[in-house]
Amino acid sequence: MGRTIAARILDAIPTLWLVLTLVFVAMRMLPGDPAIAILGEKASLEQLNAFRERMGLNLPLWLQYLHFLRDAVTLNFGKSFQSSFTVSELVRLNLPYTIQLTLASTVIGTVISIPLGVMAAVRRDTMADDLSRVFSLVGYAVPDFFLAAILLVVFALDLGWFPINGGGEGFVDTLWHLALPAIALGLIKAAFVSRLTRSSLLEVLGFDYVRTARAKGAEEPRVIYRHALRNALLPVVTGLGLSILSTLSGSVAVELIFGRPGVGSMLIGAIEARDYPVIEAGVVVFAIFVVLVNLAMDLIYTAIDPRVGAA
Amino acid sequence: MTLASLVVLAAIVLIAVFAEQVAPYNPLAQSILSVNQLPSAKHWLGTDQLGRDVLSRIIHGARTSLLLGISAPVLAAVIGTFLGLVGGYFGGWADRIIGRITDLLLAFPVLLLGIIVAAALSSGFWSMLMVLTIAFAPRFARIARASTLALRQAPFVEAAIAAGLGHGVILYRHILPNIIGPVVVVLTLWIATAIRLEATLSFLGLGTRPPFASWGNIIRDGLNAMFGSPWPIIAAGLAISITVLALNMIGDAVRDVLDPETRT
Repeated sequence: MGRTIAARILDAIPTLWLVLTLVFVAMRMLPGDPAIAILGEKASLEQLNAFRERMGLNLPLWLQYLHFLRDAVTLNFGKSFQSSFTVSELVRLNLPYTIQLTLASTVIGTVISIPLGVMAAVRRDTMADDLSRVFSLVGYAVPDFFLAAILLVVFALDLGWFPINGGGEGFVDTLWHLALPAIALGLIKAAFVSRLTRSSLLEVLGFDYVRTARAKGAEEPRVIYRHALRNALLPVVTGLGLSILSTLSGSVAVELIFGRPGVGSMLIGAIEARDYPVIEAGVVVFAIFVVLVNLAMDLIYTAIDPRVGAA
Repeated sequence: MTLASLVVLAAIVLIAVFAEQVAPYNPLAQSILSVNQLPSAKHWLGTDQLGRDVLSRIIHGARTSLLLGISAPVLAAVIGTFLGLVGGYFGGWADRIIGRITDLLLAFPVLLLGIIVAAALSSGFWSMLMVLTIAFAPRFARIARASTLALRQAPFVEAAIAAGLGHGVILYRHILPNIIGPVVVVLTLWIATAIRLEATLSFLGLGTRPPFASWGNIIRDGLNAMFGSPWPIIAAGLAISITVLALNMIGDAVRDVLDPETRT
């Protein structure tokens, strides 16, 4: 287990380095002088020079790059241009909301998709299977932010059952604010994962050991849940991890729609305000998030299937 | 179902091509006298918060979505297939470099690429084309490389080498026609993804810039005027969903024909 983690983290380093380098290059490719862009055309030469000195913009590029890498490794991105907070404070304030949304929508997605996929596989080619196929076809086609917008308009604006924006305070209020965004993302995840559960389970149900289990008289639910599903879960776990990554942009959109705080809305706000330190930090946080999701998938793999760890 | 999807898709493509002739109004024409109208005989899908005709905006938005949705995956397929061919055929250091870049890009979320490019270059059609092409090309490279690798040892390829044909001729005449099948299957599926991503990026303000219409930014505008008419959101969302649904069904059908083993 320890070696898997270490190897995976080593694997992730080039990806993170590429992300950091791209962000650095992108920020330096911006047309015009960042000092003028931020202080405005009317800033005096002294002000501009002071700003350049403070931000390290007067140093040679390679030194700026090294400083930037050091800041990224130590997660110290300095101060935001547009607010009085430091960048780390902004990340600390926003990150919990993004984590809540990711966890809640993944739980909803799992709770819907696995039973649905099992049902579709067990009752293959029946009405139940057809309905689950329609569900996943629609889920593939409907953009997550459109579903979120519809839920917002119907259940928050028209019916007034849920709050229109914000992240909520206290446990109950937080859950109440979380409900619609998490359902929107969770349903889209469920569409993808239920199909995967179905095909994976169908494949496993054709194996010899399943026939053996049935032949020795095991009850059908035991065959499905104890014997088949455990082995069918590997691709499903990959699917869940992939769905977290592929709904990343959807989750940013959902944060915007529901006016939720979060890393996504922080990042989009920073792009509109050209708040470079915050953009850099947000991109790094998302890149670390991607690496962690991949790592978590590998660890769950090893837990479900001990053979993976040995290899 | 596949036939119905083809008909729907053909209709959408025709509408996009003849947007100027089909759209009842200029999609950019504002009118302060008719803002946030509900659907009527005059404006079939109502008007938005600037009094622009929603139907005309959806029709012109189809043009943006389809143009980008088709050109990005096609460009990615051309670049990716070329890289995969070269890597798989020649092997060695070229293959290692291409493989490494491919792995790195595959681990790189499209959203981050979109954000970085939008922050550095400003958003719009060309930066979105770049983002989606860079994001998709590695997926084609990987498929093309795997297929090329399998063909590299095939007797007819070895015969061609023995006959003294140049590498270019072998790649183009002997290998390419044999690997194009899987590439086309993937292409149809990525067109659907590209349309969805274009909508998402435009919704986030990283894609098509107003006043130009795209399905994503129509939804964005609609939400900003939240107490206005819900019709822009509904119409644009349905347009995306129907197009993607039709493309996915066609993609599944193409896959079933070209690759019967994965049929479910």
